[in-house]
Amino acid sequence: MNADDVATPVAAAIARAHREEWARVIATTARRFGDLDIAEDAAAEAFAAAVERWPVDGVPARPGAWLTTTASRKAVDRIRRDIRRGSKHEEAERLRDDSAPGVDGPVQDDRLRLVFACCHPALAMEARVALTLRMVGGLTVPEIARAFLVQDSAMARRITRAKTKIATAGIPYRVPSAAELPDRVSGVLAVLFLVFNEGYLATGPDTDPVRQDLTAEAIRLTRLLRGLLPDNGEVAGLLALMLLIEARRAARVSAGGELVALGDQDRTAWDGALIEEGHALVRERLATGRPAGRYQLLAAINAVHTSAPRADTTDWWQIVALYDQLVRLDPSPVVVLNRAVAVAELDGPEVALAILDRLRDILAGYHAYHATRADLLRRLGRDRDARTAYGTAIELAGNTAEVAYLARRRDQLG
Amino acid sequence: MQYLLSVIHEGTDLGTEEELVAVSAFNRRLQADGHWVFAGGLGFPDTATVVDNRDGRPVVTDGPFVETKEFLAGFWVLEAPDLDVALRLATEASRHCNRKIEVRPFL
Repeated sequence: MNADDVATPVAAAIARAHREEWARVIATTARRFGDLDIAEDAAAEAFAAAVERWPVDGVPARPGAWLTTTASRKAVDRIRRDIRRGSKHEEAERLRDDSAPGVDGPVQDDRLRLVFACCHPALAMEARVALTLRMVGGLTVPEIARAFLVQDSAMARRITRAKTKIATAGIPYRVPSAAELPDRVSGVLAVLFLVFNEGYLATGPDTDPVRQDLTAEAIRLTRLLRGLLPDNGEVAGLLALMLLIEARRAARVSAGGELVALGDQDRTAWDGALIEEGHALVRERLATGRPAGRYQLLAAINAVHTSAPRADTTDWWQIVALYDQLVRLDPSPVVVLNRAVAVAELDGPEVALAILDRLRDILAGYHAYHATRADLLRRLGRDRDARTAYGTAIELAGNTAEVAYLARRRDQLG
Repeated sequence: MQYLLSVIHEGTDLGTEEELVAVSAFNRRLQADGHWVFAGGLGFPDTATVVDNRDGRPVVTDGPFVETKEFLAGFWVLEAPDLDVALRLATEASRHCNRKIEVRPFL
């Protein structure tokens, strides 16, 4: 047996442990020592120890337990060092007090406390995103910096500042009470959806139009959250929504790097397994008979789209009805705009254009408003107006594949 | 933990009678619930005096240390187990005194 035969399965075991256990190791260590910074360092050291020890000693029977124990030991070592240096008196207290602080209500998975701390509303959205990807997702600081096109040092500062605020301002490691839970869960889902969207419609002239690393990470974290909150309808809804969007990824960008509109996509290129999983989640929520939230409605809309074998068999009546429900829940201009797209299919472009005219002032800076308007004008044969609208949309769009699509559409006008 | 809840004010109008009544009732509740440490209202910034004796030669200046449109009009020092509780109290405080509230932890 040569070295590679040993190294490869061990390396795979370490990679899998990192994917599956990182959040748990951080969460347990953070709860025990009450400090995210210590937990992060200890977890990183524990994984470094695994890289060193596992090829020699073999992969432990329970890798997660091995890593958590090792991380705890590393944390204790660090706190002892800090005490010897005469700093951090508080942490000396923690070493003596081995009981779990902040245990309130039924025992919850530590990872859930971690998610709620990282997505706390007292942190800026960009800090929540960075912290969640680092602490829950296990991405490295350079990976997160690359994902959001900022310098490593700037991203490191952002994460450090957020950790300091959690520790200093007393952001708790706690699963919110039942009364607070819906609001706080929607805060967590907003973070995950933002990560997904940045992958799904990546901005910037030099990035790939679709960043599969980010969409995959967002789906993985949403799956994790679903495991922790299995009865939460909006968590299930967001997961279904992501799966049904992700299922169309291969058909969404042409070989030439151009965005392909939903109606023009090759539906045989859609991922049937992801669609089936997404549909099952939507059905599960419908079966509860409980009123659907925003993500569940968006998932249901996508379920209708992905149920149609051809674009011209889409049940637009159903889609408009779902958008009507969504508008009642969230009457924001972007939702009204998306509803208008469906209305155009059901009642014709003229009716949709009248809806868009009422949104003109609010959405003047939004590329999708002008892209939608351009398409409606084109269908009405108003080529000159369409050309102007495509031009505005191209100026405002940040995604390379979308710009390519809009430019071709404009150039095809008579 | 202890938190400083700063009352952020803009303009030259004083608190209204209704606001004073609401704040007094809120203060009694803070005392009953064990959150109360200290609180007070402050004079306008134009009543401030800055003293600088860093180099042993005291200089006294009339006016606030920094001129801003928004300024500190009063504060609470409250005891709360964590930021969630402090934010909940700040949410109530903001309603009662009808001003924005900044929450900061004591070290």
